[in-house]
Amino acid sequence: MLAFIAGPLIYVFVQSFFVTASIFETVETETCTPGFVEEICTTELRSRPLLDERGDVIEQTRFVGLQSYSNVLELEKAADSLRNWDLGSFLAIDFWKALRFTLTFTFITLPIMLAIGLGIALAVNMISERFRGQIIFVSLLPLIITPVIGALSIRWLFIGDGILTAALEWGLERDIAMFAQAWTIEILILFYRVWHIVPFAFVVLYAGLQTLNQDAIESAIIDGASRWQRVRYVVIPYLMPLIVFLTVIHLMDSYRVFEEIVGLGAERHVISLQWITYDFLRPDDAGNRSISRASASSMLTMLGIVIILIFPLRRTWRDYHRREQ
Amino acid sequence: MALPAALRPTRALKTLALGSVALWCLIAGFPIFWITVMSLKHPVDAFSSNPFIVVFGKVTRDTGLGISTFGLVVGAAGIYLAYRIGMRGLPSWSAALAGGTGRAGAWVLVALSYAAAVLILGVVILPGLVGAIDPLIGPLGRPIIGLTADHYVSVWVQGEFYRNFINSMTVTTGVVLISLSCGTLAGFGLARTRTRIAFWILIAALVFRALPHSVLVTGYLPVFINSAEILRPLFGEAAPTLYGRPLPVIMVLVAINQPFTVWMLRSFFANIPAELDEAARVDGCTYFQAFRHVIIPVMWPGVITTGLFSFLVGYNDYLVTSLLLDAQNQTMVPAITGFFNRETTSTDQVRAVAAAVSITAPLFLLVMVFQRQIVSGLTAGAVKG
Repeated sequence: MLAFIAGPLIYVFVQSFFVTASIFETVETETCTPGFVEEICTTELRSRPLLDERGDVIEQTRFVGLQSYSNVLELEKAADSLRNWDLGSFLAIDFWKALRFTLTFTFITLPIMLAIGLGIALAVNMISERFRGQIIFVSLLPLIITPVIGALSIRWLFIGDGILTAALEWGLERDIAMFAQAWTIEILILFYRVWHIVPFAFVVLYAGLQTLNQDAIESAIIDGASRWQRVRYVVIPYLMPLIVFLTVIHLMDSYRVFEEIVGLGAERHVISLQWITYDFLRPDDAGNRSISRASASSMLTMLGIVIILIFPLRRTWRDYHRREQ
Repeated sequence: MALPAALRPTRALKTLALGSVALWCLIAGFPIFWITVMSLKHPVDAFSSNPFIVVFGKVTRDTGLGISTFGLVVGAAGIYLAYRIGMRGLPSWSAALAGGTGRAGAWVLVALSYAAAVLILGVVILPGLVGAIDPLIGPLGRPIIGLTADHYVSVWVQGEFYRNFINSMTVTTGVVLISLSCGTLAGFGLARTRTRIAFWILIAALVFRALPHSVLVTGYLPVFINSAEILRPLFGEAAPTLYGRPLPVIMVLVAINQPFTVWMLRSFFANIPAELDEAARVDGCTYFQAFRHVIIPVMWPGVITTGLFSFLVGYNDYLVTSLLLDAQNQTMVPAITGFFNRETTSTDQVRAVAAAVSITAPLFLLVMVFQRQIVSGLTAGAVKG
């Protein structure tokens, strides 16, 4: 595991300080065209890639320090727009735009997922046992489906005059184009992720409910707790470890939001951190991949996940020490 | 389980619960159901804004393709029978085939062959029969719902989607096999040691699990592209370029998947009492004999569950395969973007829908067969912390 995961990470870290590019030389060329009285000659400076004896382009890797990072972050531009209190142009810079979206996405979907998951778990727990198997079967489908395909299926429901767009237009009595502006696409991405992740919360919390001790509930009833108070003061505290677990997993997973953007074709309006790295790694029109910039953005993405994970990890660390003593 | 009267929900609350669960099931299942319906229609029907036109396939029916009342009845009966026979027969058949040991393999084998048999019966033989009988029975034989399998034929036969399918299967099988064989050993070791290193390895695995996949790909991609030059000192002129081959993709996916596999198998092994292999050691087994003869027979539920999730990692991946494989060797999921990026005609779009449904169908079967294992896998990590 160390060799195959940590190794590449170190490589990425090192790579982010270097840039590989072909070497160019500047040559002075004189081109002459036959004219009427005498030839017309122009001299111009041209740069051309240096070739080695086999005719291949010579490539050189040189140390550029933090230049790749500043290329990704575009700090000057960002500082400028922040100084002018121009949030719009600040968020137009790719990296910050992606960071903004990734973070809002992560923290909006989290409470929605927990609330809906808990609600469904409680509701399923309440109704008769006959249909539970079927309910869980249907619920698992959004979770298990290929994320790109899931996002695509949502897209096909809304694209153009898809039936759900048509239904919305009919309900709101106005013309709607879901894929024309950023905020509607963002809503669709949020909707997709909630659809995709709620089953996980539901299944985990439902399994937790099965082990809930009936005595605790009964004593709460004897103490005169209403139904809501029972949920609030008995069930939720009991499920708290599971809720923490779901939160940690969700932070990890939604921080790397990516497939939705591909599936919903949102890259022109909405991008995420992982999408930026993906975009750097893809060959551009000339067939070049900007590896060093991808490395820099990877390292920045990783920094983010470390910051997000510090609190859960510290908790584990403390638990571990308590168990040791 | 009879609840005491005070615990029983009131009728209003029960209705509310029933309603919200029904609504959830509708939301959960609807997109998948809908793309399945769309994939069977003429493009004009499929992208119509009127849901009734999509369901009944007006244009598709007018072109003479469709299913009659009689066909509907036969189809419904067939699905019901297949379901009943499957639920009743599969467990006993697999038990009969296995004869006690190695039940997991027999179960998979029986389930797969049953699925194949149902598929052949339902897709080839039954439609042929219905098609032959329909003209003979008058109004009942007239098509009422437009259906066509054209898009599937063009995707799989002309679009050569089966190549992508084979690539997907190669990658997925590789990921599952390698993940499991490394994961069982690592998981067992970690479950049985009480050292500080084990704790740190698990924490590292947790951090690696959180890693965005693009970070790993960034580390591997340049090495793979230049691998011919890097490996030349070792292999001479025969040094392979790893970019575009399935094996390196498997390697990267295993690296991505391994932290999760190790965690999950560790929690399964931790549930197997240590006294079991200690007893074997007391009886004179070596460490490996104890693992081979005592642990392997009882570890299958955990291994199957973990294998399912490894399968999903390999099968569902888009990021790694789209970056590390070239267009000729593409797996199914990245290949589908080729369909809808063209966006030339709505026929292309419906073909993409058909391809999407083809990708989803195996997953649907997977949930059907392994629902219990998937649920136990989802909750295993949670319950053990």
